Amino acid sequence: MTLAQLIFLAAAAVTLVAAIMVVTAPRLIHAGLWLILSLAGIAVLFILLDNGFLAVVQVAIYIDAIAILIIIAVMLTRAVMSDADRQINRMGLAAAFASLILLAGLLAMVLQVPAASPAPLVEAEVNLDALGRALVDVDGFILPFEVASVLLVAALVGAILVAMAPARGD
Amino acid sequence: MVPLSWYLILAAALFAVGIFGVLARRNAIAILMGIELMLNAVNLNLLAFWRYLWSDNLTGVVFVIMVLAVAAAEVAVGLALIISIYRRRSTVVAEEIDLLKW
Repeated sequence: MTLAQLIFLAAAAVTLVAAIMVVTAPRLIHAGLWLILSLAGIAVLFILLDNGFLAVVQVAIYIDAIAILIIIAVMLTRAVMSDADRQINRMGLAAAFASLILLAGLLAMVLQVPAASPAPLVEAEVNLDALGRALVDVDGFILPFEVASVLLVAALVGAILVAMAPARGD
Repeated sequence: MVPLSWYLILAAALFAVGIFGVLARRNAIAILMGIELMLNAVNLNLLAFWRYLWSDNLTGVVFVIMVLAVAAAEVAVGLALIISIYRRRSTVVAEEIDLLKW
């Protein structure tokens, strides 16, 4: 058991336990905080996969932006659904059954993947440099990159429009 | 070194937990949290495959960045919809939002 494996097991346990708490916590605000812990565990795993850049992006976008946005939404809509209310709908058992079947199917498929050992990486700086160039290269990923930026602008403008206060008399 | 299958098993478990949250939670914001968990499981899979099998090729990393961008757009629009529904109908419970349900 090497050090990397120990770190993986610890991060995986934290991520999984926090994820289970996200979907079962009776108080929604606690679920949001558990979500942050789960996302942080994923960031640790990204570092373990030799991609420190994406780990930073994970912290900056998921934890900083998305999780905080979700928590703010929870606080904005708190008054209507008190924490004492039932949080799981009446199909809860069926949902658990369905996700267990999905897990079994995924595991059956995943365990057929042949074992592979990672190739040694070139230096990380070179890698990040190549990533930046590939994103704006005509032969690389410039089309998905530009489409993603249009999507983000459209989504943010649309979100502002949708969430705007309804007009008077509405 | 950590075997590739460990990452895949963890991602599968994370995806199953997320889909349980989507199917079983009553609060619409909690459903969005389940979707975030599922997207993260996919990202973990993509990055593990990139590192172990195609680390000379940047496609896996670019895929993860695209998933991040789409996740940000999705959560912004989703939360705006929830806020809007909350303003007009004073509810965030998914099963009470059934105007379009047959």
